Amino acid sequence: MSEPVSALNRATFDGLAHVQEAGLQGMITLRGTVLDEGFAKAVSDVTGLALPGQRGVVSGGDSTLVWMSPDELLLLCPHGDTSDRVAKLTAALGDTHALVVDVSDARAIFTLSGPQLREVVAKLAPVDMSPAAFQPGTVRRTRFAQVAAAVWLSDAETAQIICFRSVAPYMFALLCNAATPGTAVGIF
Amino acid sequence: MSTRLATGGRLTDRSKQVKFQFNGQHMRGVAGDTLASALLANGQLMMGRSFKYHRPRGPVASGAEEPNALVNLGKGARFEPNQRATTTELFDGLTASSQNHWPSLQFDIGGINTHLSRVLPAGFYYKMFIHPRPLWKHVYEPFIRRSAGLGAAPDAETVDGDTYEHFYAFTDVLVLGGGVAGLQAALTAASSGAQVLLLEQNAHWGGRTPVDGGEIDGKPAAVWISDTVQALEAMENVTLRLRTMGAGVYDHGYVLGYERLTDHAPETPGPRHRLWRIRAQQIVTATGAIERPLSFAGNDVPGVLLASAVRDYVVNYGVSIGDRTVVVTNNDDAYRTAICLHEHGLTVPAIIDARQNGGGALMAQAEALGIKVLKGRAIAKVKGSRKVTGVAICAQAGEGGVLDVIPCDAVAMSGGWSPVVHLWSHCGGKLTWDDTNVFFRPDLAKAPTSHDGAPFVIPAGAANGHMHLGATLTDATTAGSSAASAAGHQPRSTVLPKAVAEAEAAIMAVWLMPQGATVALRSKAWLDFQNDVKVSDIQLAAQEGYESVEHAKRYTTLGMATDQGKLSNINGLATLSAALGEAIPAVGTTTFRPPYTPISMGSIAGQARGEIFQPVRQTPLHSWHEAHDVNWEPVGQWRRPYSFVRAGETVEQSVHREVTATRDSLGLLDASTLGKIIVKGPDAGKFLDMLYTNMMSTLPVGKCRYGLMCTENGFLMDDGVVARMSDDTWLCHTTTGGAERIHAHMEEWLQTEWWDYKVWCANVTEHYAQIAVVGPNARKLLEKLGGMDVSRETLPFMQWVEGTLGGFPVRIFRISFSGELSYEIAVPASQGLALWSRLHADGAEWNATPYGTEALHIMRAEKGFIMIGDETDGTVIPQDLGLSLAISKKKADYLGKRAHARSHMTDPARWQLVGLETVDGSVLQDGALAVAAGKNLNQQRHTQGRVTSTYHSPTLNKGIAMGLVLNGPDRMGEVLDFTKLDGTTVKATIVSPVFFDPEGEKQNV
Amino acid sequence: MLILTCPYCGVKAEETELHGGGEAHLTRFGPESSDEAFEGYLFQRENPKGVHFERWRHAQGCGKWFHAARCTVTLEVFGTYSAQTSEPPQNIRDAISAKRPGWTWRSFA
Repeated sequence: MSEPVSALNRATFDGLAHVQEAGLQGMITLRGTVLDEGFAKAVSDVTGLALPGQRGVVSGGDSTLVWMSPDELLLLCPHGDTSDRVAKLTAALGDTHALVVDVSDARAIFTLSGPQLREVVAKLAPVDMSPAAFQPGTVRRTRFAQVAAAVWLSDAETAQIICFRSVAPYMFALLCNAATPGTAVGIF
Repeated sequence: MSTRLATGGRLTDRSKQVKFQFNGQHMRGVAGDTLASALLANGQLMMGRSFKYHRPRGPVASGAEEPNALVNLGKGARFEPNQRATTTELFDGLTASSQNHWPSLQFDIGGINTHLSRVLPAGFYYKMFIHPRPLWKHVYEPFIRRSAGLGAAPDAETVDGDTYEHFYAFTDVLVLGGGVAGLQAALTAASSGAQVLLLEQNAHWGGRTPVDGGEIDGKPAAVWISDTVQALEAMENVTLRLRTMGAGVYDHGYVLGYERLTDHAPETPGPRHRLWRIRAQQIVTATGAIERPLSFAGNDVPGVLLASAVRDYVVNYGVSIGDRTVVVTNNDDAYRTAICLHEHGLTVPAIIDARQNGGGALMAQAEALGIKVLKGRAIAKVKGSRKVTGVAICAQAGEGGVLDVIPCDAVAMSGGWSPVVHLWSHCGGKLTWDDTNVFFRPDLAKAPTSHDGAPFVIPAGAANGHMHLGATLTDATTAGSSAASAAGHQPRSTVLPKAVAEAEAAIMAVWLMPQGATVALRSKAWLDFQNDVKVSDIQLAAQEGYESVEHAKRYTTLGMATDQGKLSNINGLATLSAALGEAIPAVGTTTFRPPYTPISMGSIAGQARGEIFQPVRQTPLHSWHEAHDVNWEPVGQWRRPYSFVRAGETVEQSVHREVTATRDSLGLLDASTLGKIIVKGPDAGKFLDMLYTNMMSTLPVGKCRYGLMCTENGFLMDDGVVARMSDDTWLCHTTTGGAERIHAHMEEWLQTEWWDYKVWCANVTEHYAQIAVVGPNARKLLEKLGGMDVSRETLPFMQWVEGTLGGFPVRIFRISFSGELSYEIAVPASQGLALWSRLHADGAEWNATPYGTEALHIMRAEKGFIMIGDETDGTVIPQDLGLSLAISKKKADYLGKRAHARSHMTDPARWQLVGLETVDGSVLQDGALAVAAGKNLNQQRHTQGRVTSTYHSPTLNKGIAMGLVLNGPDRMGEVLDFTKLDGTTVKATIVSPVFFDPEGEKQNV
Repeated sequence: MLILTCPYCGVKAEETELHGGGEAHLTRFGPESSDEAFEGYLFQRENPKGVHFERWRHAQGCGKWFHAARCTVTLEVFGTYSAQTSEPPQNIRDAISAKRPGWTWRSFA
């Protein structure tokens, strides 16, 4: 086994906000009926997290559960633990009709941090980024310019953005461009 | 001559000189000038020439409605044509040049057109140049192109030196226009706590009220304005933006705001323009009103301006158009100009008022100042050609018999005011004709409606037809309050400001001056100054049957200039209705379309340029390819290596080397772009049996099967190898670029038709790097890496296995798209580059050769394998391609099955797949048609087939091709004629599509 | 540019996040169906001036298909609802009746 490498190997940029490709991140797609008790229990037991509600994001320890759709969750965990979590989840789910699949390397994850991150996002995504409308604990799946992405705030001044791995260079360039020094909009 | 006055200029700072150039001449303005005011201050009244007759043109307005004063602005990477001098803020180092003249602004050879104007009437070009047809292309068009047009097109090779961006904003209430109405509406709305965004296109708040005067709450209007702006700035729920125009209002409260950040200071870092993509619950359009010209002979001579513009230049910039200004009007407002000029020490020889009894209080004020008022009079004609030298006076009621000639340098005209209804109308707001005030105003009963069916645009102030200061403020208060409550906020009672301004006497409708003007006068009375449309042109159009306003507009080009008829539309419409003998509202208006004034192409593109023009998808091996002489091919948004071109090689040689190396020993292909979709669940087999034409439910675990997918229309949409992973899980491979489409296709059927199926899917395409190891030495390389048994016995053709290969966690699929011994290895993307590098290094002893898409295509064509997009084009069914074996006869249903039973699909005359070999060994041209005897009704030769794929095969050293041919499989050995681009044909023999290793001995080893 | 609320994730999405999927509530006709029925399923579409039912996918979002009832003239949206239904639910029909009394669409009213 060789040393795994993330899409952009933790590239960074400083401008209106600090942009960083967050490196290797374990990601597991869980598909199942979220309202199904067996599914919910199995996921909670393995992750130690309560299941997020509609568009919710729940974090604890080294894991985060992101609500992707009424029948899809995304589990974030350390990259090296992915196989183990997949195995545990699969075992816990038993005969429950569900799908557990490792998608860690299918995606890239970026962190955007600093007081002006909302403006950087609002230059790219058709989303109301005002503090009144968007707070930590909620995920928004949308587009950033021309590619699909999901964004949530892990705290007031840090956003997590995920997109497909193949467009990581595009996403990084987009974020850097939107964060170019001297381009603050001054609205939030 | 226009000049700078000794004092004055509300918006300027005379202590700061600003240097600029016009037509190469060095000039000076002052801080706060517009380019127009600075040029006027330098005595430069003439700023361009008109479009058709190349007549001299000076500014007629002072703002966004300006049709004449268009210039080429900037140089090199910042050059831009057709910029309005009236809205261009002056900055140090500005360079501008005038447009549409040759050889110079002063002497223009095209100016001869003005003398030919009697033979260049409306529709002249349509009528004159239609016959004889061939002359159009070679004579007429090149000539017209040279003499027509406005500014120069930017140099094609020069990249725009500025940057642009978008910004998504959401607000409860959006107020467009920062005049007194906009400010008051914003203040009222904001008092409710609603989020308010206020945009003003100019660099200053207050609109034209500071020029027009009046008192608000006992303060001069200018003081009230700055107090109100301060109050708004202090409110947390209010955002204010200057230099930001509401460009367009669209469905469901979507608005484009066009912010010009650095046009007035080009060296400032940051984007030049920002396009605000705003979603507003309620929109208040406080866009003011625009003054209309009067139609009299010579109203286009430089020095004839709108009355409001004349006083704008004096009050705002301390610039006069001339020493002696004749004011001509049909309403009271223009008297303000006369009074203003008089107060600034300038001469007003006369006010010519078309109204028999003149005006009201403002007239009395003017007369008290000693200004002569001529009632019931009109201008028969303006004297002068490049500038005004005087006006001939006549009775408005007559035909133009000259009563007197008054020498003057400028004419200030006012034909009344039109509310700016553009933004109200963009999304469907209707208009109503106001006979008393002589203008179209918003019909409040027919507002644009939003997603909830409720109105979402509220006009305010002058834009709503309230021209008096007091009425404007009252209306704006109502508008702001209504907007806030419609957006779900309770407006607190706000105090209505008390306004004091002079009352005005009634306007009189004057559409032609004098009302019975002779043809000679009418053909010099301009409606559209930029496009040279005169009263006589509209009358001619009406006479020739262009009765619809939309037709008359296009026939005469009225209102089709860059100003989109801001000054000309209502006058033209009134002229048309008079010519047709109909009432103005019966004729109606043309459509108001966004943007309000032109916005830059750069702002529309936003950040999408250069490396982020569009997403380029990269495989995990991208950086390796880039470092190894890759010749990229765009495949959808992906970049795939077409071939790797070594020094001294042509592209063709590189492709042939890659094919030969793979067939002889070992090739490596980056197959990561192939789609990979996991399908799992108790009903997954049943589901896949519906999606694919063949059976997937019967595929044993550990095995692979090639499958075809059709649309409900029966046409082939995708193909790929399906592997069964476990009892309830399958892995479906799709074509490159097919992953998202096929994943969406699966979800669509699961969500919208078979929602009772217990199936989950996940697109795992990008989780893996997939590498094809291909060629007679492929197994040796895998064995060298070690860790897995990849022998013929353990891993035969069309099976897959999971394990650890050379330390990498992999799945190996024994599948082949080349006819060679081949393994496709899937490894997590984070380790893809490492595995590829290892395979390349360890394969060196077998000359492991990376190959690209073209070698892949050639090898598959040599084997007669079809390619989606080559052999298929959305009209091809599997049966056309000899793939009937891949269609299950046992299944009761699959997508496309019913369509395959339609008569056209079972027609034996459908063209079918065959191989083709030219008799002379040459390569057929791509898409070439097989011709048949005879011709169709269009004198085109009949056809009986076409080429779908064609290559030079380095393996066989000759041209090979596949094609679809009428009854092809039954015509083996027959020779057909195929077209070539040079008009000749080439002979090719129908053969089997499998050119190489028909028994499959090479892949089954 | 339209806004539709995705009934699955609750996002008020703008048109650039959505993908239109044509007319709603088609009945699939498969093997053995008559030529006429199959033609109707594949090709015959309503083109009403007024009330219309459509399929949309929240493509740049949760990925779910849903239904929308809207007016093709005014672009008023009467409601969005689940894709897992072969006819408009009663609450949607009531919402339309409140705004467009007497409406009909195919066999629905």
